Amino acid sequence: MSNINYSEKIPNNVNLNEDKTLQRALEHWQPGFLGWWQDVGPESSRGFDVYLRTAISVDPSGWAQFGYVKMPEYRWGIFLNQAEKERKIHFGDHLGEPAWQDVPGEHRANLRRIIVTQGDTEPASVEQQRHLGLTAPSLYDMRNLFQVNVEEGRHLWAMVYLLHRYFGRDGREEAEALLERRSGDANNPRILGAFNEKTPDWLSFFMFTYFTDRDGKYQLCALAESSFDPLARTTKFMLTEEAHHMFVGESGVSRIVQRTCEVMNQLKTDDPGKLRAAGVIDLPTIQRYLNFHFSVTIDLFGADQSSNAATFYSAGLKGRFEEGKRTDDHRLHGATYKVLDVVDGKLVEKEVPMLNALNEVLRDDYIKDSMAGVARWNKVIEKAGIPFRLQVPHKAFNRQIGTLAGVRVSPEGRVVSEAEWKANVDRWLPSEADRAYVASLMGRVVEPGKFANWIAAPAIGINRQPIDFEYVRFN
Amino acid sequence: MNDAATLAAPVEVIRQHLIDPEVCIRCNTCEEACPVDAITHDARNYVVDPDICKACMACVPPCPTGAIDNWRLMLRSQAYPLAEQFEWDELPAQIDLPEGAAALAQGPATAAAEAAAVVAAAAAAEPASDVAGFATAVTATSFGATLAPWSAAHAYTNLYNHKQPTTATVVGNYRVTDAGVESETHHIVLDFGRMPFPVLEGQSIGILPPGVDARGKPHVARQYSIASPRNGERPGYNNLSLTVKRVTVDHDGNPVRGVCSNYLCELKKGDTVRVIGPFGTSFLMPNHPRSNIVMICTGTGSAPMRAMTEYRRRLRGKFEGGRLMLFFGARTQKELPYFGPLMNLPRDFIDVNLAFSRTPGAPRRYVQDLMRERAADLLALMKDDDTSIYVCGLKSMEEGVLAAMRDVATMGGVQWEELAGRLKREGRLHLETY
Repeated sequence: MSNINYSEKIPNNVNLNEDKTLQRALEHWQPGFLGWWQDVGPESSRGFDVYLRTAISVDPSGWAQFGYVKMPEYRWGIFLNQAEKERKIHFGDHLGEPAWQDVPGEHRANLRRIIVTQGDTEPASVEQQRHLGLTAPSLYDMRNLFQVNVEEGRHLWAMVYLLHRYFGRDGREEAEALLERRSGDANNPRILGAFNEKTPDWLSFFMFTYFTDRDGKYQLCALAESSFDPLARTTKFMLTEEAHHMFVGESGVSRIVQRTCEVMNQLKTDDPGKLRAAGVIDLPTIQRYLNFHFSVTIDLFGADQSSNAATFYSAGLKGRFEEGKRTDDHRLHGATYKVLDVVDGKLVEKEVPMLNALNEVLRDDYIKDSMAGVARWNKVIEKAGIPFRLQVPHKAFNRQIGTLAGVRVSPEGRVVSEAEWKANVDRWLPSEADRAYVASLMGRVVEPGKFANWIAAPAIGINRQPIDFEYVRFN
Repeated sequence: MNDAATLAAPVEVIRQHLIDPEVCIRCNTCEEACPVDAITHDARNYVVDPDICKACMACVPPCPTGAIDNWRLMLRSQAYPLAEQFEWDELPAQIDLPEGAAALAQGPATAAAEAAAVVAAAAAAEPASDVAGFATAVTATSFGATLAPWSAAHAYTNLYNHKQPTTATVVGNYRVTDAGVESETHHIVLDFGRMPFPVLEGQSIGILPPGVDARGKPHVARQYSIASPRNGERPGYNNLSLTVKRVTVDHDGNPVRGVCSNYLCELKKGDTVRVIGPFGTSFLMPNHPRSNIVMICTGTGSAPMRAMTEYRRRLRGKFEGGRLMLFFGARTQKELPYFGPLMNLPRDFIDVNLAFSRTPGAPRRYVQDLMRERAADLLALMKDDDTSIYVCGLKSMEEGVLAAMRDVATMGGVQWEELAGRLKREGRLHLETY
């Protein structure tokens, strides 16, 4: 594609039509993106007509246009939320100064790094999920997967727009590199650990979209506060789409839980063996997947004490979650925060300067939000009259990053010996046998309105369509 | 709220906007989207303040779950307060309204609820802002106007309700699609004799089918758009016509025998039917001599378009400057109601564009495809302040039609959001889909 019809092919509100430099940069990048999509995007899905939502503008009426689309023809647009007039920086050392419409030289390297790290997660998750279309438990779920995939693609566009528009040659090179790294590739992996893990089955996918996409939400929320106005406006708009991804995760796990509870009540058993024989996923297995995805995800917030985090905040690059709604001085010099430490084989809290603990602040906000959704899954179990409850593990459990890395801690938060860890790890994290069992359930269901045995139908369809709507046409 | 509310005098009925706590994922998107800060949350639920919410629908498309799209008819005095909504684990069912209020809401409102399951060929319904609160009209409200164009005539509404219906006599019942095609559509003429039943093109009426439903309750009213002009199907007579498609499958394609459409299609000359209404105060045609009308419809959505076209035909010569442009879609030519008479209309009177989506051997064409093909002429009309636009048909056409209008505007260098906003404000874009 050498020529792009900008307003038609790339819906945008950034005056792409008039920006020749940006057009040239995107013209160069777009074929690479399409090639990437073809190579490592959703497998064997090229000809499918998928009932997708496309954003064509940022106002409520324009950003959710539904219709059948072949995914490579999806209109990946570039949108910034409406500008706030005379927006002021509202935290850090520049508090009260006008927000930046361009990148200040002294923050160029850090801003680029922040944008590249965020941008890298978007194609990574598409790569991680590329085989899942082959085992979708229904057309409804397949459509939701593809919706998540195309929107991750759009989020990549959003970050690449910032790199191209504001970072010159460095930005263009970083944009290329975003298409070159590969999830799980030993030689050229994605930047963050969780984005190199496999997403081998749909339980993993739903857990990933619930937990890991929620990390995305919190990172985007923190960036939406940024003094660099184009970044703030871009991420604000991405958040609206991110909500769908978390919906897919939350409702997906909820429907699996619901189906398991139905079968538990039919068979009047909580024996995992009998439930597996009946083809559903027993609640302890769901708990182990939850433990895994939760612990891997909270690592993404970074080390519990980080001077980078302090720099990013004080410089005004990245705020806290809902910075604008907080009532402190928004500079945080002298403020403290409690983080975990291990002393004499026990977890203890210690007070550290809050500026250095901002990763932990964001992680704790995230944990609170995650727990609320788990409580809603428990409502489904409670409604079925079953005494089991899912739990979020202790935040020191299974950590690989920060002070707690390598410390063996049980899901309840008790420091344990290596021997005790080894003896129990299969009760705490998904075992090979668990993963093999869940994998054995995976198989594509293509009849409209039919669902795999291990998952309940959703309460309502997409965009008021019926549950048995033909969400994907294979052609 | 309009006519029905004022009739109700001391009792005000509202459509209370609620969020389903069992489906909601607490993502905050609605709260961000709400322009008037009517939505708030605590650690448990997201809730809508009934005193602030204007039902502007800005929160509905962005909601990823569909939890946002729940409505209950309530007496304003008994609307669920925030404190109560915060405590919910699930939504309350629609409660029975007290006698007087129920009578007002009954006809159209419950008809709409039932119609979702047994969709009759009801065309133009009340806009969502009415007490009627048709579920079918909900998504249209973000673009569709709630006011009629400035030169519309005054509409009478709610002259008869289900407690006091009037009676009409069938004076004609003709099949207007070819025999042998899948969809059977009838043109039915009802005469009101000496009883007043003044109507305008674009309004609808309710039919009360005889008998009781599965729960032993009398059938609720079904709505049908009027297909004839204000001065009668036969000029100078107190009669009107309806376009009724015999319903044999439901929205999901399952076989079902539509209660009211089958009743109507089988009526014989001389039979009487119980009628309520009229309904509708906004989907009304402009009457000033320079006014243009763009009509976009599918299937029985053609009823109000036939009414408007026929009224203008009877007044030919008085509308020198005003143009008519019609985009009409059906599966095949044989399923197109009124095909013959339509083709006999002079070209300089109306610009007719037909799209057939299931003609064997031909690619599927939809009204939005035609709109794009005719972009130049359509754009000229869209830019003209004397143009009013009417869309009526199945819900599934709505997005496509709006997208086509947007594209036509954008390609023509017209800012669509601005134009759409103006069309809505000035009562010049009307959407009725079901």
